[in-house]
Amino acid sequence: MTGASVPGAGGVGSGGVPVPARVARRPRGRVPVGLVVAWLVVGLVLLWAVVPGLFTAYDPIAGVPAEKLRPPGAGHLFGTDAVGRDVFARVVHGSVHSLSGALVAVGVGLLLGTLLGLLAGAAGGVADAAVMRVVDVLLSVPGLLLALTVIILLGPGTVNVAIAVGIGSVAAFARLARAEVVRVRRTDYVEAAFGSGGRFGAVLWRHVLPNSLGPVVALAALQFGAAILAISTLGFLGYGAEPPTPEWGLLIAEGRNYLATSWWLTTLPGAVVVAVVLAAGRISRSIGRERG
Amino acid sequence: MSLLEVHDLKVSYDGRPAVHGVSLSVEPGEVVAVVGESGSGKSTTAHALIGLLPSNATLDAGRILFGEADLAGWSQRRLRSVRGSRIGLVPQDPANSLDPVKTVGAQIGEVLRVHGERDRRKIRARVLDLLARVGLPDPETRARQYPHELSGGMRQRVLIAAAIALRPSLIIADEPTSALDVTVQRRILDLIDDLRAEYGTAVLLVTHDLGVAAGRSDRLVVMKDGRVVERGPTSSVLAAPQEGYTKRLLDDAPALSARPFPDHPGGPPAIVVRDLVKEFRVGRRPFRAVDGVSFEVTRGTTHALVGESGSGKTTTARMVARFATPTSGTVSIAGAPDGRRFRRHVQLVYQNPYGSLDPRQTIGEIIEEPLRNFGLGDRPARRARVADLLERVALPGELAARRPRELSGGQRQRVAIARALAAEPEVLVLDEAVSALDVTVQAQILALLERLQRELGLTYLFISHDLAVVRQISHTVSVMSKGRIVETGTTRQVFSDPRHDYTRELLAAIPERVR
Amino acid sequence: MTRYLLSRAGQAALVLWAAFTASYVLLQLLPGDSILIKFQNPELGLSPQQIAEIRAYYAGASPLADYAHTLLGFLTGSFGYSIDTGTPVVERLAEALPETARLASAAFLLAVVIAVVIAFAASYSSASWLRGALLSVPSLFISVPAFWLGILLIQIFSFRLRLVPVIGGSEVQQLVLPVLTLAVPISAPIAQVLARAIDQVYAQPFVPVIAAKGASRWWILWRHVARNAVLPTLTVAGLTLGELIAGSVVTETVFGRAGIGRLTEQAVNAQDTPVMLAVVVLAAAVFVLVNLLVDVLFPILDPRLKGAAA
Repeated sequence: MTGASVPGAGGVGSGGVPVPARVARRPRGRVPVGLVVAWLVVGLVLLWAVVPGLFTAYDPIAGVPAEKLRPPGAGHLFGTDAVGRDVFARVVHGSVHSLSGALVAVGVGLLLGTLLGLLAGAAGGVADAAVMRVVDVLLSVPGLLLALTVIILLGPGTVNVAIAVGIGSVAAFARLARAEVVRVRRTDYVEAAFGSGGRFGAVLWRHVLPNSLGPVVALAALQFGAAILAISTLGFLGYGAEPPTPEWGLLIAEGRNYLATSWWLTTLPGAVVVAVVLAAGRISRSIGRERG
Repeated sequence: MSLLEVHDLKVSYDGRPAVHGVSLSVEPGEVVAVVGESGSGKSTTAHALIGLLPSNATLDAGRILFGEADLAGWSQRRLRSVRGSRIGLVPQDPANSLDPVKTVGAQIGEVLRVHGERDRRKIRARVLDLLARVGLPDPETRARQYPHELSGGMRQRVLIAAAIALRPSLIIADEPTSALDVTVQRRILDLIDDLRAEYGTAVLLVTHDLGVAAGRSDRLVVMKDGRVVERGPTSSVLAAPQEGYTKRLLDDAPALSARPFPDHPGGPPAIVVRDLVKEFRVGRRPFRAVDGVSFEVTRGTTHALVGESGSGKTTTARMVARFATPTSGTVSIAGAPDGRRFRRHVQLVYQNPYGSLDPRQTIGEIIEEPLRNFGLGDRPARRARVADLLERVALPGELAARRPRELSGGQRQRVAIARALAAEPEVLVLDEAVSALDVTVQAQILALLERLQRELGLTYLFISHDLAVVRQISHTVSVMSKGRIVETGTTRQVFSDPRHDYTRELLAAIPERVR
Repeated sequence: MTRYLLSRAGQAALVLWAAFTASYVLLQLLPGDSILIKFQNPELGLSPQQIAEIRAYYAGASPLADYAHTLLGFLTGSFGYSIDTGTPVVERLAEALPETARLASAAFLLAVVIAVVIAFAASYSSASWLRGALLSVPSLFISVPAFWLGILLIQIFSFRLRLVPVIGGSEVQQLVLPVLTLAVPISAPIAQVLARAIDQVYAQPFVPVIAAKGASRWWILWRHVARNAVLPTLTVAGLTLGELIAGSVVTETVFGRAGIGRLTEQAVNAQDTPVMLAVVVLAAAVFVLVNLLVDVLFPILDPRLKGAAA
């Protein structure tokens, strides 16, 4: 049998995949298309918010009654609504409300949550236990109900809605920041930094913070998308901006009355919201993978 | 006719070749050891034999003749009929190689069920038989237990029981003992030997440890970078290695080297430890990890703390380095100031060089950190000192701009040593500092440590589970077991005339010197 | 084990009390006279003079007394009176709860089914493009505004395909679209965690050991991987359950259904603090109880925790 062996003529059998190894590795140098698209979407919407005039010549508030309820076409990309306003113009001009609201919301959550988490993780002991109980309580109430409670207190309005949504995300930031700080504090390199004569503050600043912030930044990107969702939901329920404002949630709420005849009034603005939130999620994942 | 014949096996990962045409054969009933350092392709070769490669690896060419069949061309479905029944696998890491949510009995019985046995009573009886056969007392209880309730050695016995359940003609043992304590390692290897004698099972023993291979195999295959560099009967390869690489492996393998014991110079003590106790609270009971430990280390010498996992050696080292506070007892280090300046006098080097270096810093920043912390010199002076330290640990200066993940394990450990030296300490505590490294790298780091001790007059406290390494580097030794020191003396005394039974057992577990 | 259960139950009670207190304080910060509103209720049959006396009593005592009064009420199952309608909050809750319970439980079941199908299909598919496509479904689900999804479903199934009548129709027909709307966003985190857990279990060294025993892919996936991956999934499923009540606010509004969500919306619009307080405490209670249940189940499913829990 040994004599029959012919080197090189052996059967080329792929081993098959009995146990899939689950580490998806991207070949080096290939451009992640999805990520590029995600950044393009976010960039475009940012431009809408900053210079809406570049993208549409129509007025988002004043309509042309003669052109009401036109379906999407060359003249009106997203069609027109019941009073003849260009829906695309309203979406473009509305982006500033959603984006600034989401920024405020993420700012509130990131600042309060990360600070609480850092405090808990770095100080430990009683402070840690106290902060984590507060987080438990915040987590036990669903985000939307928490936001509604804050709205009962502060009243409706764009800024109040943003703050309410931000408070709803404090717990998530606090928990993640604490977990990261606790994880990094246990590593050998942090102990080695103390061993190199580092003072508490210096070690925290030089080693613990930079190594624990990666996942927090990723969460911030994810929460940016979630905040746009939550703000549009509250806008849809009528707690955000007042009617003529082209806020995205409100826009969709107004389109509900014409469901049977004018699908574009609700479908197209909603699709824009989905695109932005998806993009934020994609960017968040890329940050998480890079720094985590 | 051979039991297994592998011809010109080629495996690649993501298109990059990793195994370049390996050939080997195993006769019925014999033990063939495949020896090599990490990355040599020895494990990949072993897994390719039964078609268990990761999904990014492909078998590019070669023939795997097992009996009459060529397994290389077989589908997964056909291979399943051979796996477990005619070829068994004893894996590397007993801690994680059992499903944590299934009982031990179910996991041994699984082999029988997979291969068609349906009778529950028969399966149960066979499982109890097997548990008793691999030397586990009280098989009834063991069968009902979960993996986390067993020690590492017991888990490896369970895995062996599963591997021999259907009396395969070949067992692939992939680093079967590298995760175990030395005394346990020896018993497991004895068990595999017994079973081989009893059942006539051939064993393909994959190991990085030339000492293990030397004592346990009939024939030796030495691999490097995906190629076989030397093969032959074990005794003749060890007696007269033909290849330079094999020679180097033999020289570097601590267990096989016959270097003279270092002489103990004598002098004033640098470290004095008295009645050290450390208690941890586990649940309601206190647990004494370190129980009345005392020893002295002479200035400029190396003292080794030797013991198996859980012996309290690392806790002791951490108390000496002041990363843990003793429950009672004292550590005095001659000339060491209190407070933060203590760190200029005593430095700790960790086992895992990757974990102890901040992944976000450059090598230069890492080595510079103690200088910044203690305000030693201005920026250009610190730069110069970093270059100096890199040179001292024999690393090229351009590494200063790199990050830890771009370095090899040995280079990382050199960086960690350079950082420890930056503060100009007099005492270095080395906690399993060479245990994670391949033997050739290990030998280089040990040589570096020896040179630094000579040049700088450093005092070392050297923590290790590996007696062979300890024998090379240390002047004096304390053997620890269950939180206590059972024997202390010069290395020569302890190794050539051990007084305590535990020390004798440890020494007996070191694979014998063959040269 | 008993000690573990008692301590977990104690923690749950503490969280619930803190949630009650926090929302009480928040809602009490509102301008307006809560006591006046509470006792002006006609059903109590109090004369203006009596009300004045009660007010004087409470004002003279302290806000703490009012807090104690409300807390005692909650403990004995009396949640006060709705400012909006004047009826006891308990009655309004009891009226709304069955509708929402039906919607939420159906949606939760559907969400679990969707999640399991996505995660298992992704882990069993050998083609990497199919796997990638399946794994990106949860990210899409999580990015869809629930209210918009509801509207889209009405548009497609009621107006275009005319499969589900807009008004009327059988009980089941009325439930299908709201259940789908509520289930989709909730299935996303469950699917993500389950898929990730399956991947992590596959990366464990014990998996190739089982393959070396001769087990098939299906055997490995079903008997070992799934069993291990259930544990983290259970945790996240418990966490999402609380979101069902919040999700019902949107779903019930879009589909014009009665229920807790609708009640919440009305309470916010009317600044009906007693109702809002009751809804928040109810949501927190559901969340806390479900997670207590998960904690109790965990040591049973994971033998490693038995020792720790004992």
